[in-house]
Amino acid sequence: MPEPVILLDDLTKEFPTDPPVRALSAVNLRVERSDYVAIVGPSGSGKSTLLNMLGLLDRPTSGSYRLDGIETTMLKDSARTTVRGSRIGFVFQSFHLLPHRSVLENVMLAEVYGRGSRKGRRERALRALERVRLSHRVEFLPGRMSGGERQRAAIARALMGEPALLLCDEPTGNLDSRNTHAVLDLFGELRAQGMTIVVITHENEVSERAARRVRITDGTLAEE
Amino acid sequence: MHPRDLLNEAMAGLLARPVRSVLTTLGTVLGITTLVVTLGVAATAGNQIVGRFDELTATSVTVEVPENPFPLVDWADVGRVTRLRGVVSAAALAESDQSANLSVRSNDMVDPTRVTDQTLTVVASGPGLPAAVKGRMVEGRYFDAGHIARGDKVVVLGRHAADMLGITRLERAPAVFIGTQAYTVIGVLDDLKREKSLASAVMLPPAVGRRYGLSTVTRVLVNTGLGAAELIAEQAPAALSPGNEALLQVISPSSPTRARDAVEGDVNALFLILGLVSLVVGAVGIANVTLVTVMERIAEIGLRRALGAARRHIAAQFLLESTLTGLTGGIVGASVGIVVVVAVCAAKQWTPVLDVRLAVMAPAAGAVVGLLAGLYPALRAARMEPVNALR
Ligand SMILES: Nc1ncnc2c1ncn2[C@@H]1O[C@H](COP(=O)(O)OP(=O)(O)OP(=O)(O)O)[C@@H](O)[C@H]1O
Ligand SMILES: [Mg+2]
Repeated sequence: MPEPVILLDDLTKEFPTDPPVRALSAVNLRVERSDYVAIVGPSGSGKSTLLNMLGLLDRPTSGSYRLDGIETTMLKDSARTTVRGSRIGFVFQSFHLLPHRSVLENVMLAEVYGRGSRKGRRERALRALERVRLSHRVEFLPGRMSGGERQRAAIARALMGEPALLLCDEPTGNLDSRNTHAVLDLFGELRAQGMTIVVITHENEVSERAARRVRITDGTLAEE
Repeated sequence: MHPRDLLNEAMAGLLARPVRSVLTTLGTVLGITTLVVTLGVAATAGNQIVGRFDELTATSVTVEVPENPFPLVDWADVGRVTRLRGVVSAAALAESDQSANLSVRSNDMVDPTRVTDQTLTVVASGPGLPAAVKGRMVEGRYFDAGHIARGDKVVVLGRHAADMLGITRLERAPAVFIGTQAYTVIGVLDDLKREKSLASAVMLPPAVGRRYGLSTVTRVLVNTGLGAAELIAEQAPAALSPGNEALLQVISPSSPTRARDAVEGDVNALFLILGLVSLVVGAVGIANVTLVTVMERIAEIGLRRALGAARRHIAAQFLLESTLTGLTGGIVGASVGIVVVVAVCAAKQWTPVLDVRLAVMAPAAGAVVGLLAGLYPALRAARMEPVNALR
């Protein structure tokens, strides 16, 4: 049996405030390759905290997290950074595109910190933009594009380097319903191509399109 | 991370806010300009002074002969100095308090009843005086060894003295009277570069000077070739008065390098401080703006961390941005500074003297300023936790 992309085992995150806040308590989660999981829950339930754990942006207090077969909780900061850069593609609610760089440059940025060669980077970025159907916007600045186009550019950037996991934080939060559909259609296509997708959302529209829904309430997970 | 990518990202960061980047360099531009202008003008002015110094003073050596029971230097001894290697000309002079204010009279040749009476300085000298004071005989000639040997009653007038006595032409062998004694004026000396006071003096051969207390040599004027002054200053006393050299006093120019250093030192100290202060202000400016930029780009830092940037990558980018800012300031400052130096020289008709190393050192100094200024902001950026940066 192949390794799951995500394997959380009793993962706990406690913030050392006074009194301490247990944002995640002994969470278990298994996400297989080509899975499409939506994580839903009310405000303050721990969605962002979970995303930060999955994205290796923050460290858990206890428990283990295996990403693509790598035990990450023991890794040093620099190794976590490398794993993050090579295995995870992030999609944010606010796109996080650099406003003064063209779409192509924004996508190419994904390879700047990797070990890969500079050669062929442009072609790889163009191919990623083709996958999100933005080939006609390659030289545009983000400010001159619609929200849906911007999010597709951000997805193209996330796809660079063939990550094991596409980690999306409210990816449609800033989009109207037409663009939301376009982005959700794209997720469907990518999943069909074998991409593993985890989406954090509070929108039913989004969670309904996922293959699996996981509800988080006060730091505990429950499959729906 | 490939160095080319690092440079790309830093350049893009600076070009994203072009106006701010330009304004940020201004402090460094000002500081580097001040430094380059200071060093350039000081070197040029210093060189200028040395130039004049060379012509007038750097080759002048004067040996003073104190009063002594027996004469320390004889008139003929000057010949031994003239033969020293490096000596261009030399002449002995006798001056005394007694002869400093003598009444000198001349009869007007046209109207002998008109008498001009002046109080003038009378000195005795050897025959080499015109050369020794770098002067020029505008009328007649100077007395020579023959006049001296025969004890001829002749005088040479300084140009100013001749004017005062109303003597302009020598065809009719005009005479002047010192006291009741008449002397024939055989020449007028002008354009003195040394001992300019002799322009108002009456010069006598030593033999006739005796009666005015001008029998012993009191000073020897020596002119040397360039660079020989120090050596001649050492050798001249022994040549003039073997065995008594310690009793003679030598006045020689301070060495030209020392003179230039002194000039440069004076000018530099003040303006170097000014330039360094401007540089510090420039550094603070860069640090300030870079810090603001870091704070504005927290989200960008978070994104880069999410894309796999390590802390050192973030630090390197901001350091490079501030270094490039400083380098640009240094290049612009050096260029402006050089233009200013050349302009000042053109206005003053000086030959600009610029150390070529300045063209490399000035931009490098700017880059170092930028690097130092970027240290703290870069550290702040690198320390940022990705979770917080992306929030
Ligand atoms: N840095 C922190 N320090 C202390 N407590 C925190 C911190 N971050 C989150 N928390 C707490 O942890 C709990 C979970 O927060 P989290 O941000 O994960 O909620 P969320 O599900 O993302 O909410 P929302 O939908 O409003 O974004 C909350 O009670 C929150 O107050
Ligand atoms: Mg949240």
